[in-house]
Amino acid sequence: MTAGTTKDIANKLADQVKNAYSNGSILGIRGSGTKSFLGNSDLGQKTAESITTTKHQGIVNYEPNELVLTARSGTRLHDIQNTLAGKNQMLAFEPPAFGEQATLGGTIACALSGPRRPYTGSARDYVLGVHMINGRGETMRFGGQVMKNVAGYDVSRLMTGAMGTLGIILDISLKVLPLPEVEMTLVQDLTSIDARKRMVDLVSKYSPISAMSYVGHFLYIRLSGPQSAVTAAIKKIGGETILNHETFWHDIREQQHPFFKSDKPLWRLSLPVASDWPGIEEKLNGDCLVEWGGAQVWLSSGEAPEKIFAHADTLGGHARLFRSLNDGFGYRCQPLAPALLNWHKKIKHVFDPKGILNPGIMYKEV
Amino acid sequence: MSSKQTKFLKALQAFLPVDSLLTGEESLRPYECDGLSAYKQLPLAVALPGNKNEIIRIIKLCQEFKIPVVTRGAGTGLSGGALPLENGLLLNLTRLNKILKINPENRSAVVQPGVRNLAISEAVSDHGLYYAPDPSSQIACSIGGNVAENAGGVHSLKYGLTVHNILKLEIITAEGELLTIGSQALDSPGYDLLALMTGSEGLLGIITEITVKLLPKPERTQVLLVAFDDVANAGKAVSEIISAGIIPAGLELMDSLAIKAAEDFIHAGYPVEATAILLCEVDGNSPEVDDYTKKIHALCLQCGATEIRIAADEKEQKKLWAGRKAAFPAIGRLAPDYYCMDGTIPRHCLPEVLKRISDMAKEYDLPVANVFHAGDGNLHPLILYDANIAGQLEKTEQFGGRILELCVEVGGAITGEHGVGIEKIDQMCVQFKPLELSQFHAIKDAFDEHGLLNPGKAVPTLHRCAELGAMHVHNGQLPHPELERF
Repeated sequence: MTAGTTKDIANKLADQVKNAYSNGSILGIRGSGTKSFLGNSDLGQKTAESITTTKHQGIVNYEPNELVLTARSGTRLHDIQNTLAGKNQMLAFEPPAFGEQATLGGTIACALSGPRRPYTGSARDYVLGVHMINGRGETMRFGGQVMKNVAGYDVSRLMTGAMGTLGIILDISLKVLPLPEVEMTLVQDLTSIDARKRMVDLVSKYSPISAMSYVGHFLYIRLSGPQSAVTAAIKKIGGETILNHETFWHDIREQQHPFFKSDKPLWRLSLPVASDWPGIEEKLNGDCLVEWGGAQVWLSSGEAPEKIFAHADTLGGHARLFRSLNDGFGYRCQPLAPALLNWHKKIKHVFDPKGILNPGIMYKEV
Repeated sequence: MSSKQTKFLKALQAFLPVDSLLTGEESLRPYECDGLSAYKQLPLAVALPGNKNEIIRIIKLCQEFKIPVVTRGAGTGLSGGALPLENGLLLNLTRLNKILKINPENRSAVVQPGVRNLAISEAVSDHGLYYAPDPSSQIACSIGGNVAENAGGVHSLKYGLTVHNILKLEIITAEGELLTIGSQALDSPGYDLLALMTGSEGLLGIITEITVKLLPKPERTQVLLVAFDDVANAGKAVSEIISAGIIPAGLELMDSLAIKAAEDFIHAGYPVEATAILLCEVDGNSPEVDDYTKKIHALCLQCGATEIRIAADEKEQKKLWAGRKAAFPAIGRLAPDYYCMDGTIPRHCLPEVLKRISDMAKEYDLPVANVFHAGDGNLHPLILYDANIAGQLEKTEQFGGRILELCVEVGGAITGEHGVGIEKIDQMCVQFKPLELSQFHAIKDAFDEHGLLNPGKAVPTLHRCAELGAMHVHNGQLPHPELERF
């Protein structure tokens, strides 16, 4: 089963990396560029030769009964989602696309997950295998197309979120899940302190919750599952159901909600669920939109990066500069402890000994 | 014992309490093997540290004297991952057995590596929470070993493997440095080192603390037992259930020999005349469970089920599961020894794979019982043999090896949850090409320069693979002749 164009340019891509490896030129890996705002831009990428995966396209294998899909990295995320929807299935990590042209490769390389993440798992949780090119231009396969595979180190998941610094993803095998029969969203008017408590309480017991977000003064709770399960949960949790809830969650996921229109830098704080997120607005002098039941907080604030990193650390989590009009900060991800950074450098060297793949896009040292 | 080894042991004795260092054959004997008892080896010594600082000092001495070290938890592993080395120290972490912190609000717990898997769920039960991965050895196996092997269990289709259920690890590196990876949040900055460490079989670091994710207990569960007179029909029912959009919490298939063995042993009331049975557990809130149960019932009938039983109460649910949970020891009663394999296959290949295993069983004249995590395609063929008959163990290992190669041939993997250890090291040559194996070695070299952490396990040398003839060596030249091979 395929959707869209099918084309295998793996050999061409590998040749390009081999050439770059032999003459030491830097490669900037690109899909459709919908998430390029996530990387550092001051990394000598100006001098980089670009290597583009968008023509490496097509769903290679899709077995709905096996809950596994394999597609090439240049395949459009939308094509994959449409194919899955045709069989009543989905990517359960609900990835944000940030543009119609978003590719699967970029989605996995950036490892972004959407509203469903705390309840069903993240991008890396669903990666079963990759076919990739390392920094020497060598083509390799790790993992596989089966649910369980513990042979060898888990390189497939290591590639997820590495932003291309360890290799170019050629194709990816993912576990997929059935679409829920029904989804509905409840809204409750609560202060942030009460919303925090409510969200923590709600997940302490079993319920078919698939998203929780606190926006303005409102707590939004999405429920997914068989009609019977959702009806029972609505009765128990209470609140008004909202119309057009798909649009609401789409806008949160794709950052099209009015909250994201601010000119101030947008930070992502990843925190333990029960952290003191209600205190962030005051401490970091900004506005917050809370997702993932408290585990992901979007902060719009002009505070100094050091202060934001330090506060995220105090709360037991970490921060990342997500979007900003000026890119003068130099680094966007939470600084790593020296020993941890050392491990990053070692891994980078193992996969990309000459440091030619997207150097500095995540940390300047890798 | 070499003078280097003598000095090393003296240095350990200098700071370890007397009862924390075992030497001499009698004391070492209990540690000669893990759950894979076909392989035995006495270590140089066994260290039983009681805290992190002792581990750090031990590892630094191992570095100083270049003594290899094999880390071991409860020793229930089935792939020989904790098999000692003759010239190596066995580092036993079972004394680090404290649950350090339970955080019900964040639904997490911080535990030491020697804590038993089931003890975590028991400790958090009052909060209505549990730790999801449940390998069949959960009553005895330790969480450190679960992480090292990326253990699964009967609920992994819905709730994932160990890698999906941990947040943070504290490890001691080969240099004796303390390193924290992951975080209390759902993700952490930089590379996914948590995934790299999980399932690395003790080759990259020593796990000293684990933050596990906890889940709220489901409101209700239900168990169905479905009998079939044809394995293909049982396989079809599994596909139909999943196609209908249901992800059961557990979905287990047992073949005829496994059913009979379990019934003789446990008397769970299994239909012994059936060719295959499916055990299906669904969970959720109460109406959801009713819905699923009705749908599964109807789908199984359509697929030719000969009998369907729905557990009337919790007691009956337990009884239905008891047969499955005791399947390995039950099958073990049929012969002096059994050998448990652990391959994964795309589910639709099940009838073909079972047919070919049964043909091979005739060829080798060794009976095989099959237990299958049907939801996620993880097959456990159990080969029955008698180690006292000369040549039977070798024949069994060869048979097992061919089953794993069959799994690779149909698009699966040589291990779904038991790990490679020493057992499947040769099949790694079939699963991976030289380039990929070289990449694994390069990862190992980067974190363990002198190859002291569990050397010889999990990843075969290219030389070994070449000798097996399982890969092509062009003109006597392996890829990357500049890399050191060991």
